[in-house]
Amino acid sequence: MKAIVKEITQDQLKTDLPPFKVGDGVRVHTKVREGEKERIQIFSGIVIARKGSGIQETFTVRRISYGEGVERVFPVHSPLIDKIEVDRESETMRARLYYLRDRVGKKAVQVKEKRYSGKA
Amino acid sequence: MNFTLLGTKLGMTQIYDGENNLVPVTVVQAGPCPVVQVKTVETDGYHAVQIGFSPTREKLLTGGEIGHLKKAGVDPVAQLREVRLSEPCDHKAGDVLDVSGFSEGQVVDVIGTSKGKGFQGVVRRFRVSGGPASHGSMFHRRIGSIGQRQTPGHTFKNQKMPGHMGSVRRTVQNLRIVKIDPAKNLLLIKGCVPGSVGSAVLVRAGIKAKAS
Repeated sequence: MKAIVKEITQDQLKTDLPPFKVGDGVRVHTKVREGEKERIQIFSGIVIARKGSGIQETFTVRRISYGEGVERVFPVHSPLIDKIEVDRESETMRARLYYLRDRVGKKAVQVKEKRYSGKA
Repeated sequence: MNFTLLGTKLGMTQIYDGENNLVPVTVVQAGPCPVVQVKTVETDGYHAVQIGFSPTREKLLTGGEIGHLKKAGVDPVAQLREVRLSEPCDHKAGDVLDVSGFSEGQVVDVIGTSKGKGFQGVVRRFRVSGGPASHGSMFHRRIGSIGQRQTPGHTFKNQKMPGHMGSVRRTVQNLRIVKIDPAKNLLLIKGCVPGSVGSAVLVRAGIKAKAS
């Protein structure tokens, strides 16, 4: 991509993002418009993927809601995202945690994968 | 006159508009375009303006081109294009047109040369459905019948057949300008425009745009 094309989106990129990564538990505060009013809705879950770069970058958050798996894809730099809170950190062996989709029960929300714990 | 500029396609990206929608845009560097010649009914039999684009060195031009540009008092340009007009315009040779002639939200048409695809079969070139892939079928991506029998006795014109695809002049109408950057002569146009990155395009105020 030409540098000049990249530059156009530069001022729309967020600089105050917390450094969250795949495997982290996050609470995404999104702005929701209801008629005239605007309120904040929170979607919390595990980040299972981060894709793309620049303004195109998105992340996928997965949670189990009333026993049903729910995934939402957010653009990282969307103005509709008020803030992102990281409430759980973890280390993963994968870049994309799609295997969580096949898991049931307790295992479906466990992501703390630390094979090289401390000793290495 | 439909305001027209010559430009270069720089590539595509996405930006958030005022309503927080992520909009796909093509970045076009358009103008500044000096007016090189104004043609009128009296002198040439029709109305038109010739505009130039992309500064270059005098060494790269032919003697005829240099003389033509000198007459208009225009610095050497690599591209020259004529824009046909329906009525006389008030531009003079030597005037410079730039992106300030467009406004944000305006509807434009973009003309360019589409990407060359080489020699292609009918499935790719004309979206003919082709035959079954398996179950003993030996008819995969062929054309099928191209006509009848003794009556009419020949294949009709415009029969869809394999051949060269792409690399032709194409116009995309009714694209909206999302943003203008006058400092860098950039137009951000919603959607895609013909041609590869770096190819020449012509941006014109939309001829089908509703007057508002």
